[in-house]
Amino acid sequence: MILLAGLALAACTNADRFNEDTVELNGAQGSAGDPTSPLYFQETVGDRVLFEVDQSSLTGTAMATLDGQAQWLTTNPEYTAVIEGHADEQGTREYNLALGARRANAVQEYLLSRGVAGNRLKVVSFGKERPIEICSEESCYEQNRRAVTIISSGLTG
Amino acid sequence: MINRIMIFLAVLMIWSPPLSAQTGPLRIEITEGVIEPMPYAVPDLVPANSAAGELASNIARVIASDLSGTGLFREIPANAHISRITSFQSPVQFSDWKAINAQALITGSVSVDGAGKLVVQFRLYDVFAGQELGQGLQLVGTTEGWRRIAHKVADQVYSRITGEGGYFDSRVVFVAETGPKDKRAKRLAIMDYDGANVTYLTDSSAIVLAPRFSPTGDKVLYTSYETGFPRIYELDVASVGRRVLESQEGTMSFAPRFSPDGRQVVFSLSRGGNTDLYVMDVSSGSSRRLTNAPSIETAPSYSPDGSQIVFESDRSGTPQLYIMAASGGEPRRISFGKGRYGTPVWSPRGDLIAFTKQSKGRFHIGVMRIDGSEEQLLTASFLDEGPSWSPNGRVIMFTRETQGAQGRASLYSVDITGRNLRQVPTGTGASDPAWSPLQN
Repeated sequence: MILLAGLALAACTNADRFNEDTVELNGAQGSAGDPTSPLYFQETVGDRVLFEVDQSSLTGTAMATLDGQAQWLTTNPEYTAVIEGHADEQGTREYNLALGARRANAVQEYLLSRGVAGNRLKVVSFGKERPIEICSEESCYEQNRRAVTIISSGLTG
Repeated sequence: MINRIMIFLAVLMIWSPPLSAQTGPLRIEITEGVIEPMPYAVPDLVPANSAAGELASNIARVIASDLSGTGLFREIPANAHISRITSFQSPVQFSDWKAINAQALITGSVSVDGAGKLVVQFRLYDVFAGQELGQGLQLVGTTEGWRRIAHKVADQVYSRITGEGGYFDSRVVFVAETGPKDKRAKRLAIMDYDGANVTYLTDSSAIVLAPRFSPTGDKVLYTSYETGFPRIYELDVASVGRRVLESQEGTMSFAPRFSPDGRQVVFSLSRGGNTDLYVMDVSSGSSRRLTNAPSIETAPSYSPDGSQIVFESDRSGTPQLYIMAASGGEPRRISFGKGRYGTPVWSPRGDLIAFTKQSKGRFHIGVMRIDGSEEQLLTASFLDEGPSWSPNGRVIMFTRETQGAQGRASLYSVDITGRNLRQVPTGTGASDPAWSPLQN
């Protein structure tokens, strides 16, 4: 019940925010109103999941988001995805690369378990190299401990 | 791009004193806990011709910067000098240098010929013993390489007085950083150990991380996102040519380091979310797995004899330091303190491991003996990480990043005694320093 409520709320917020027809954020293409567009995936389905400190296990919220991702990928088979694992800045560069790899892999495994074909998914870790929030407080760190599913067209090569 | 500068050392036979002078009273034992810096004077060298005038002063300044920068020596400035050194050959008026308490005196001469050849001669005096310490030396190079000649003189002085190998004629490869934290541009750069002569080795089109020198200093291993995925590259410092060293499909590779003989590279490879250690034979390119555990194994570093590898693993639940045979096998844990340990680096002397420690929200650079005993934390800040040893194992350079949205990374160095913490000037932001071996 809690999970469903979380999803509904996220969808609602996103719908409010993206009522304009064409938006481009972080390189995602297409129209936010078109459910088959990568932008719709990014903003409405939700392209990222967050992790607890030093953890790579998926939270309930994360799994709900990934269920949506898996469904979108299934209904839009022409797209592939690269899953980026990230860490906050609390940790050494090397450890965080490995931690980001764990997080990206956790997402990949979940999407595979939901029926997404393995040849459509690639993983990469950025460790602590690409934070999206830059303060040195937990409010930023919690946004940076993430795995982001980046949609692209064609084979991931 | 980077000129190899050949420097020839030749001993000058000029009324040189017996070698026993080297065991005289002019001595710094740098293993002692606290020392009073030794006062010394290095007047401008004597220009043998007019073309050498500017270098005569510049070389003396670099020698002084090297020596005083160690915290072990204190320069007596020129305006306090009583004597002027106007001839390299004339006898030294020891009383004038005693009067200002200069315990060591460095004199020299410089000549430059029309072809840009630079000849520097120097002598080191034990002022209170009234004699030379070691023999006069002549160094020959090019005017372009004058800083290296100065570093070599300073290395000689440091070595004769401390009994330790020098480290001034060395370089540092690092990651030059510009831009905000969420869009940081990184590129490889190389410089003299003191921050002079910065040269860029890559552009900033892809993230680059953690460069490491080969044992001879002519190659650099690093990690680049050139393909979109972290891969290990090998770069030739002189030509700046590079090649990918490790590129197995569906994997990521990072944290490379050469074996002491330069024939192997140990590194981390992530596959299916699991990161283990592998070793690659550089000439054949074939890799072999060294660890096989579901935990994170990373940041490997060889012992100087190549027989063992120290690395970081979270197999116990938190990142800790382990040592295993270079061929693999069961590792033994060496870190047992409270906190998280990472990035272990074996000292070139073999006796110590430098590491990064995270404890109570702070980061430290520390050292411990190879059995994990006698842990000492040398620094503390919001974020210190990635130690690299000076060629003589006396100094550690590392990355310090400041807190917050405006956070910036810089290089710092600190003695293994914990004294003499200094920022290394780099111009731009800088991270991931790796110290070269002493140059030839």
